[in-house]
Amino acid sequence: MNEILEILEKNARATVEDIARMLNMTPKAVSNMIKKLEKDGVILKYKTVINKELERDENSDVRALIEVKLTPQKNVGFDHLAERIYQFPEVTSCYLMSGTYDLLVVVEGKNIHTVSNFVAEKLSAMENVRGTITHFILKKYKEDGDILKQPERSKRPAITL
Amino acid sequence: MKISKLVEQMPPSGIRAFFDLVIGMKDVISLGVGEPDFVTPWNIIERAIYSLEEGYTSYTSNKGLAELRQELARHLKHRYALDYDPEEEILITVGVSEGFDLTLRALLNKGDKVLVPEPSYVSYGPLTGLALGEPVYIKTKPENGFKITPKDIDGHCDKKTKAIVLNYPNNPTGTSYSRAEISKIARTVSKHGLIMISDEIYCELTYDFKHIPFPALPRMKERTVYLNGFSKAYAMTGWRIGYACGPREIIAAMTKVHQYTMMCVPIMSQMAALEALKHGEKAVQEMKREYRRRREYVISRLNEIGLPCHRPEGAFYAFPSIKKTGLSSMEFANRLLKREKVAVVPGTAFGPSGEGYIRISYASSLDKLKEALSRIETFLTAIAVHSK
Repeated sequence: MNEILEILEKNARATVEDIARMLNMTPKAVSNMIKKLEKDGVILKYKTVINKELERDENSDVRALIEVKLTPQKNVGFDHLAERIYQFPEVTSCYLMSGTYDLLVVVEGKNIHTVSNFVAEKLSAMENVRGTITHFILKKYKEDGDILKQPERSKRPAITL
Repeated sequence: MKISKLVEQMPPSGIRAFFDLVIGMKDVISLGVGEPDFVTPWNIIERAIYSLEEGYTSYTSNKGLAELRQELARHLKHRYALDYDPEEEILITVGVSEGFDLTLRALLNKGDKVLVPEPSYVSYGPLTGLALGEPVYIKTKPENGFKITPKDIDGHCDKKTKAIVLNYPNNPTGTSYSRAEISKIARTVSKHGLIMISDEIYCELTYDFKHIPFPALPRMKERTVYLNGFSKAYAMTGWRIGYACGPREIIAAMTKVHQYTMMCVPIMSQMAALEALKHGEKAVQEMKREYRRRREYVISRLNEIGLPCHRPEGAFYAFPSIKKTGLSSMEFANRLLKREKVAVVPGTAFGPSGEGYIRISYASSLDKLKEALSRIETFLTAIAVHSK
């Protein structure tokens, strides 16, 4: 992977100037490269990773992983169906899978009822959806490489030779 | 109670008081740490835990687990084309520190001299004294990038000179040697019939060229004790495990001392090291990429704020000059700590030729490095105003 992307993937707030120093490039070259990556859609957006496990209250959203079995359609396979499903704002992620089911859909809702309603009324009711299995997430330990705990202080001594 | 004259005469660490000051202070950003800021990769930790669950809690062979020595021999062959017999030419030690101590005890007779390029890691001189030898310090010069030259060796050798120690990539200067440079050293070492004690603990952290182990050079294996370990590459400092490779008679002599003083390296550390060799490479390369970026950042900033710094080829240290401030290394470190709460190590910790320099470790997150460097910049501005 492009080293600029490697840096930004870990820290979206790394400045052009810092990246330029780290990679021994001019700020101009880094800035141009980033602009190109943004224009090409390689960099989609810059977000903040929030540890929602520390921010939980009664208003927190619930999440479910839903296994979806589909009947593939002529010419378009699963893509067209997937599109119909992932356009719903409740869907936060959508993957085509190998194995015993076809789509893995991650759905977020206010509570267990909103999610159930979505599955019953929207997802299952869709033509070509042959079946669904819904798994509610009880607790998140790690997400996208980040452990959802309060960061621990370094255990290194302050000074060693 | 009276303690031994030998120990009494050992030079005390002159900057202990400074270290105590650092440890006593809160909210200090420390660039004074000589170890990775990464935690040991999890697969290595997990292997050690599992080995304990499996009941691996006994002594091992004095030389270290046979499987570990075999895997190490394979690793050295594959990575550096080094040929060591795991039965007779490899000893697993409690870090390079023990390996170095054993080497000297195995080699030296009273009064034998050991050449120690300076600035130098802190243990080389004192341990030479403890083994009844005499360290002969060679000052390396900043204009040579703190590299030792054949002339330096020529100028310091006499009949009693038995060995030379070389640490590359170097703590504290970050200096390393390309193939051409190290080949010249090898010829000179050969000419004087010296034994090379090569401490290559930072070898995996070499950024600008391929690291060439000293024993990989033509005819050098027979006169080299090659010391290395897991601490820096795999972020395993606390596991205390390293190894020594060398001619069988030296390794046999070292093993003799090792079996009385240490018996063997803790078995859980050996199990962890085995895992590191088998499945640690990816983590090493990731950490190295991270260090390299930090190096570029730190060097660029140091030069910008007026602390000129040669470009370190390896390890995770920068060794900038602070001469322009007119302060001694100790004063600089002290004042910087008190005023801006940034800890660095005064160059004099590594011998008198470190005067006028400080060691900055970039084994810290970029955010911390950034903040620390801007505090150093503030500090420099403040002392410049005061001195006018």
